[in-house]
Amino acid sequence: MLDDLAIRVRQNVGIVTAVLLFCILYVLYNLAHPKGFSSAVLVQNSDEIFALAMLAMAQTVPVLASGLDLSVGAVMTMVGCFASYLLTGTAAGAPLHLDIFGLHLFLGSFPGGISGILLGIVVCLAIGAAAGFVNGCVVVYGRIQPIIATLATGAVYIGIALFLRPTPGGKIDEDLNWALTNSLGDFAQTVHIFDDGAAGWFAPLAWIPVPFVLLVLIALLVWMPFRRSVLGRAVYAVGSAEGAAYMSGLPIDRAKIAAFTLAGFFAGCGGLFLAIQTSSGNADIPQAGAYTLNSIASVVIGGTSLLGGTGSAIGSIFGAMILRVISFFFRIFDIAPLLQPLFEGLILLAAVSIGALGVLRVRNTLELFR
Amino acid sequence: MTSVSLNLSRDDRPILIAALFILVILVAGTVYTFARFGSAPLLSPTYLLQQLQIGAFLGIVAAGMMIVILIAQIDLSVPWTLAAAAMMATSIGGPLAIPVGLGIGLLVGLVNGIGVAYLRVPSMIFTLGVNAVMRGLMVAHTGGYAPQTAATDLMRSLAADRTLGIPNALFVWAAVSVLVAILLQRTALGRYIYAIGNKEAAAYLAGVDTRRVTVICFVICGVAAGLAGVLLAGYSTKAYQGMGDAYLLPSIAAVVIGGTNILGGRGRYLGTLVGVVLIVLLNSVLSIMDMPEAGRQVIYGLVIIFMLLVYGRGERVTS
Repeated sequence: MLDDLAIRVRQNVGIVTAVLLFCILYVLYNLAHPKGFSSAVLVQNSDEIFALAMLAMAQTVPVLASGLDLSVGAVMTMVGCFASYLLTGTAAGAPLHLDIFGLHLFLGSFPGGISGILLGIVVCLAIGAAAGFVNGCVVVYGRIQPIIATLATGAVYIGIALFLRPTPGGKIDEDLNWALTNSLGDFAQTVHIFDDGAAGWFAPLAWIPVPFVLLVLIALLVWMPFRRSVLGRAVYAVGSAEGAAYMSGLPIDRAKIAAFTLAGFFAGCGGLFLAIQTSSGNADIPQAGAYTLNSIASVVIGGTSLLGGTGSAIGSIFGAMILRVISFFFRIFDIAPLLQPLFEGLILLAAVSIGALGVLRVRNTLELFR
Repeated sequence: MTSVSLNLSRDDRPILIAALFILVILVAGTVYTFARFGSAPLLSPTYLLQQLQIGAFLGIVAAGMMIVILIAQIDLSVPWTLAAAAMMATSIGGPLAIPVGLGIGLLVGLVNGIGVAYLRVPSMIFTLGVNAVMRGLMVAHTGGYAPQTAATDLMRSLAADRTLGIPNALFVWAAVSVLVAILLQRTALGRYIYAIGNKEAAAYLAGVDTRRVTVICFVICGVAAGLAGVLLAGYSTKAYQGMGDAYLLPSIAAVVIGGTNILGGRGRYLGTLVGVVLIVLLNSVLSIMDMPEAGRQVIYGLVIIFMLLVYGRGERVTS
């Protein structure tokens, strides 16, 4: 039993380190925070973490298949811009126009009210998944290297986002914004369930932040089943040895397409939340780039190898949370804002370099080249 | 296609197709301007030289990027290496400005190389971290504002002046190009670079000090980025925040469009030159057409995918 546990820990040393590091950092943060260990702090932190955590999950899946998706930030931005049109929540519904090449097309109107919002969320997530599906098809059927293929499709998605929102704007339903970016208690009050959140059994749960619940739900209901499915296992197999996976008769092409589609879906979730949180759509190119690069950093810190085949999206979530908590520290320790980017960079470098110290133990130099 | 009429190696084909695509861009752009304004600015040597002058900065960055891509690595620290070189060169000023700028590039390249070659951190993540550190250092140095320092006269004359009607920046780009081409084709180091890109373990067993070569490659890329930063500061008479951000992805795109394999080991420098010219002309045609940023991004992405579908397709892994 203990042997079994020891083996499991050794196999997952990356993710275990990430979880421990996060726990230590977060407890320290709450101890140092004047309002530490309170629901308000927790809610604020999970709002700030959610989008990056989703993008880290998105990045993980292609990386496991030894690809890299440089378009996750672009997909996030594009879905956010769509959301700023589809989730306005006006009772009468929103008319949809398309102005292109001097043509003025009327596309019909989008339903309003609750059903309109639910439909809008589904459409936004579908757009994200579709963008990922296109990435997968370009990689698999176009046989273009993922890193350069997603670089190109990312430019296309950013273009679409800029077309939708040349300047930041749009609107998101206020109730939706309030319900999803606060605690479960506020959520219940806004959507009128559990006696508006006053039910006796519900009180002990009311402090939990909604984004945290969403994150857990997505990890449990989307990632875990995928990982245990044939396609999920094929993704891992492709990442560790594509030739061997092919010889074993695994559905390689479908696994890669599924990996990129899932990445698009996760990135779409992130974009949707970011739009809801900021109540607007913004085709911000630097922000898209920063999110893409931070997602790669989260994946590495979360113990997933960039070579593919080992790691997990759960680890990447912790990687993303570590990155964010580090920046929370700047706020309470009075580090000059001008020095913050420097510290962020140094910490990232230190983290990956310490993780790489294993090379000093390698006896045969040839083992380094794989 | 018979082997007699067109005896092209697989490295030459992309270059030829990319060159043909440049012609297509020129013709399409000229037809457009002729129909709309009744003139053909794209065919005037003055205009072309001016565009190439702007392209020289991208060309120098791409030359360094190509060497790193050839050993199957990538350098994401280019944007802030370039900006740091420009900012330090302008704030030092005087005769030391250019050596300081190049020195910054060399130093960053050295750090990148040591991290990638000796610590074996994937270059994707290590250079990303170094980029963040350089950005942090420059934000701390400038206080986050636009630096008030100006480029020296030598920097300005190298980047913006003309000799015999030809922009000086083009001479610098040409010199860099000749050096890189000779390095890749006529020196042992060049052979090592291709060998490492194909199979590092094999190159190591053949007696190549692969780690030292990797460091040298990153140093070359860093110095190229530094040189581009110094010139760009000279061209715009000052350094500014985020001046390198527009050079990272286009330089990778130019290298790949020129037929260099993103997985390393294959590609010719001529291809990178053609790739840079293609991207510069595409940009200038799109700006003549008054294309909004949204359309530019879409077309830019589609062109990369299209070019790679024509000649960049990998082989299926079957064993």
